[in-house]
Amino acid sequence: MIKFILNEQTTETDLPPGMTVLDFVRYRKDLKGTKIGCREGDCGACTILVGELDHDKVNYRSMTSCLMPLANAYGKHIVTVEGINKPDGSLTNVQQAMVDESGTQCGFCTVGFVMSLTGFCIDDAPKTCQAAVSSVDGNICRCTGYKSIERAACAISERLAVGSGQWAEDSGQSGVQGNLNFAIENDIVPSYFSGIKDKLIDLKNGADCPPSAAHRQLIAGGTDLYVQRPEEMAETSGNYVFDNSDLRRITQNETHVEVGASAVVTDLMVSLVFVRLFPDLYKHLKLVSSTPIRNMATLAGNFVNASPIGDMTAWFLALDAEIELSAGDSSRWMHLKDLYLGYKQLAKTEDEFITNIRFKKDFTHFNFEKVCKRTYLDIASVNTAISLRVEGDIISDAHVSAGGVAPTPLYLTKTSEYLRGKEINEMTIAEAAKIIQTEISPISDVRGSEAYKRLLLRQLFTAHFVELFNM
Amino acid sequence: MKNLDSKTHVRGESVYLDDIPLLRGTLFACVFDSPIAHGKLKGVEISKAEKCAGVHKIILAKDIVGENEIGGVIPDEPLLADAEVHFQGMPIAIVLAETEEQARHAAKQITAEIEPLPVVTDPRVAYANNDLIVPPKRFKLGDTDTAFRNCEHVFAGRTEQNGQEHLYIETQGAYAVPAEQGGMKIYSSTQGPTAVQRAVSRVTNLPMHQIEVDVTRLGGGFGGKEDQANAWAAICAVGTQLTRRPVKYALHRMEDMRMTGKRHPYSSDYKIGLDKDLKIVAYEAEFFQNAGVSADLSPPVLERTLFHCTNSYYIPHVTVAAYSCRTHLPPNTAFRGFGGPQGMFVIEAAIAHAADKLGVSASDIQRKNLLRNGDEFPYGQLAESEAETTWSQADGKFDFAALQMQADEFNKTSKYQKKGVALMPICFGISFTKTPMNQARSLVHVYTDGSVAVSTGAVEMGQGVNTKMAQVAAEVFSLPIESVRVHTTNTLRIANTSPTAASAAADLNGKATLMACEEISRRLKEVALPLVEAQSVQDITLENGFVCNKGEKTSLDWHTLLNEAYLQRVSLSEHAHYATPGINFDWGTAKGHPFAYHVYGTAITGVTVDCLRGRYEIDYVKACHDFGSSMNTAVDFGQIEGGIVQGIGWMTMEEVVYDAEGRLRSNALSTYKVPDIHSVPREIEFIPLETTRENLAIFNSKAVGEPPLMYGIGAYFAIRNAIKAFRDHAPADTGATDPNPEFDAPFTPEKVLMNLYG
Repeated sequence: MIKFILNEQTTETDLPPGMTVLDFVRYRKDLKGTKIGCREGDCGACTILVGELDHDKVNYRSMTSCLMPLANAYGKHIVTVEGINKPDGSLTNVQQAMVDESGTQCGFCTVGFVMSLTGFCIDDAPKTCQAAVSSVDGNICRCTGYKSIERAACAISERLAVGSGQWAEDSGQSGVQGNLNFAIENDIVPSYFSGIKDKLIDLKNGADCPPSAAHRQLIAGGTDLYVQRPEEMAETSGNYVFDNSDLRRITQNETHVEVGASAVVTDLMVSLVFVRLFPDLYKHLKLVSSTPIRNMATLAGNFVNASPIGDMTAWFLALDAEIELSAGDSSRWMHLKDLYLGYKQLAKTEDEFITNIRFKKDFTHFNFEKVCKRTYLDIASVNTAISLRVEGDIISDAHVSAGGVAPTPLYLTKTSEYLRGKEINEMTIAEAAKIIQTEISPISDVRGSEAYKRLLLRQLFTAHFVELFNM
Repeated sequence: MKNLDSKTHVRGESVYLDDIPLLRGTLFACVFDSPIAHGKLKGVEISKAEKCAGVHKIILAKDIVGENEIGGVIPDEPLLADAEVHFQGMPIAIVLAETEEQARHAAKQITAEIEPLPVVTDPRVAYANNDLIVPPKRFKLGDTDTAFRNCEHVFAGRTEQNGQEHLYIETQGAYAVPAEQGGMKIYSSTQGPTAVQRAVSRVTNLPMHQIEVDVTRLGGGFGGKEDQANAWAAICAVGTQLTRRPVKYALHRMEDMRMTGKRHPYSSDYKIGLDKDLKIVAYEAEFFQNAGVSADLSPPVLERTLFHCTNSYYIPHVTVAAYSCRTHLPPNTAFRGFGGPQGMFVIEAAIAHAADKLGVSASDIQRKNLLRNGDEFPYGQLAESEAETTWSQADGKFDFAALQMQADEFNKTSKYQKKGVALMPICFGISFTKTPMNQARSLVHVYTDGSVAVSTGAVEMGQGVNTKMAQVAAEVFSLPIESVRVHTTNTLRIANTSPTAASAAADLNGKATLMACEEISRRLKEVALPLVEAQSVQDITLENGFVCNKGEKTSLDWHTLLNEAYLQRVSLSEHAHYATPGINFDWGTAKGHPFAYHVYGTAITGVTVDCLRGRYEIDYVKACHDFGSSMNTAVDFGQIEGGIVQGIGWMTMEEVVYDAEGRLRSNALSTYKVPDIHSVPREIEFIPLETTRENLAIFNSKAVGEPPLMYGIGAYFAIRNAIKAFRDHAPADTGATDPNPEFDAPFTPEKVLMNLYG
């Protein structure tokens, strides 16, 4: 039995835990406001808000319901547009802003935008125009050209920003940023939201146990499994590990950072540990998929998926990260780069799963580069990351990774080796770029020709040094 | 005024095909489609699928009661493959099952024995094989042979343009419901309800009056649901006919992308001749259209390529030919611009080519050759030109020279970032080029409670046509817009409709609505005449719910007037018919006056290319656009912004990829990229052309659906100019040879990088 709050009502179902939340709300609950555009998390028409109890408050994040198993709704607040609509038929301030700026034409994508923007209003993001626009980076609109939506998003963020506009004045509070009460008082979400926290606590206390079992198939965020094998995932049940908070912690000690395997990309983006270690964290991680997918996609999922173009894999390969593999009571640590044997072949047994990730903090420089057809919300043609420890002008340690240029995510062993002990200059870069070409074996496919991928990696490797050393 | 649907859109209460409540007993359809692009169909193995849970029936070509044919323009398109398969994704069998999942599951159990035949995907190969959909089409003006001999400069080249996936966010779909006497009602996500009705009539052998097609709205169309909605409606209709149960089919995205056609790719040759003053004297072009396997709308698309082959330029000597080449791809189809953009890209490439070689700015050539009043198009119509005025007003407001200078200054000091600027004038003819299609009807009922219901042949798909229809009625009756309700597009209420296409729906249906409302208004004024003791109906006006006599408000209100008319047995309903006057075209001579009017405009596009990574950003599009006199700026401005971004998508990141076997590789949203919110121009600014000229548009408000898409072409040339700026100063080791990139759209980041360093 899966129990959660759907809009205002606590609901329970014994439908298959693998059924998507999208199919559940549309076809079982007749909540038709949530639309189907692609069923692979790439259009955002099915965006919902998912509220999760986090100590004394409820955190809301936007997610694509097409990739979300019902099991992952367990104990959460699932919000569709029907859950924010005002019963009297009038519009919330987000909806009104979209109307005022003509941010809707055919209307099919519109609810997704409304949900993402509503999520922006009640999350912890800074209330800037830029952040408001970024909150809809997972929503595709084919009609408007986005400028009107951009204006609506900025109008919303301006009214949210303290000290300006009616919303802020009405609230009578200062320093409010995305506060839930503020949102309730200002017609962004309905008043029942204030009672959700207690309901979620009740739900948690009264719960039997989460719908997870001795299944072999681990399912975390579902963002890849539901794209690759949707029918199979809907019918079978698995071991749903998305909610295991033990697997989402980010901690550090003197030498290492340790990250739980189920941490999602957004967890990194908001982690102070990461923000301090990676000055360009936000800029780099913005290049990774989209807001709703970053809210769902886990690090371990990215690693074991073994896609040659996994962004987070490239990132952690360049940190020379280690992973902890567990099976039953036993566990072992290995370097991430040793996980990949061949195309989708992993150096682990079927029973082993990743529980932890750790990497050393002793790098002085880090950069991530990615180019695709569309800069954001796209899969890389080629990606690459680099971490360096630089002492004076000399590189004392180096780790370089590249994606999209081999059957597996690639740790560039020879290139990394070559860089160690070298002075940072154009000759070093040029020589290393030549070595890279001997380590890669790209193929021509829909993401680019072989010649392009070779050239692009050369360019992106150069870009590391342009970015880090202004060369 | 905002789009009237806005409020239900933002609340998720607007109804699309997949939101229609289902009737008990509804079956779900799923198609088994050809896994290969060309071959002899030896057999279809359905026995395993038939045994699957929930399967009610599996339909093959032989089971179709009527004709196995859905071709609209030319009957060359079977609904289900019979003897041969002609493209990957061609429907072979229809599974009907109790649930959608069961239908999909069963379809996967079907196999087909297919003996492969050679696959052609290149239009030039098809041309060499003389495999054309229709005979070549040609336009000729003046005498190019003689003219080229006298040209100071002559340049010839070749261009490639890729297709474009419509990517309406709502996929195709239909829902057929049985009606009495063997008839049926079809809910369809179509731009052409009558086209669906005809296709259904053909495959079921039912007369059209037995088939009601109803369309509430579409979640985007862009031309993709003009003719290509027919198949899905026909599939559901065949299912309903054979089972007498409701049948629904809403396509999954990958089915939609695989099974439907797209914007036509073109390969073209051009030759341009200029005199010493940069006047274009002669132009020749040959267009090889990749039509896909059957006609669909390829012939009229091909024709519009010719109609727009000289864009907004006057060229005295023109010889152009266009070939619709048959390939083993899904039938390519209408897409915003309808062949016009493809023709315009080639002349812009020819001009850019000449500018490269002559060492001048393309804008120098563009400006010198803009159409003037009375200039003759290659098809004989004389221009009522706004080309020069939109150019000069754009330049006056945005200062092209200053923008170019800013880019040049930036490029001098920036190592890896280079800016490019390009101008894109447009001229787009409004009317269906097939003259008979320029007709429409509107049915207006005024109810005795004062409310007004309007039905037309126009389909609402986000372009705001229903809002404009309501505005027309509200304007004539002088009522608040809330008093008017525009109803679904329905073939029982409005028959023999033209599709909502060619940017013409608001004009045609708006004029018909205007006529209907004016006729009812005329009758009402006659009823009012004695009541307000006016001398003549000319003195009577309707203003804000009251009858006025010579401008003076009387005590007779709208409500009372209507009831009086009813008691006098005066009709409060009208069905009006509009046909665009003064248009004609004769393909015998390839001359005529096909367009009610043209829409003009000029856009300046600025881009920044990251020459380290091959990425780019669109900095701005600044345009002066000829709206005539916009009747709804909220709606029309939205069309401009949306059109520009869709055009830029076509020219930049949107790449339809088929492999040599005719398999679609860009088959999902993960591999086919349309603009997201971060990739659109940082700034889109436009000013309406200031003009008082009369036109044939509804309330002088010119059609706005398609023309702005073509501003997007400017992005291609702006990127090209930025690349040239990099290569002009390229270090020796980049391997750059010819600094002038080829004309091969779209300019994907791959092509940019290969052009920077290749």
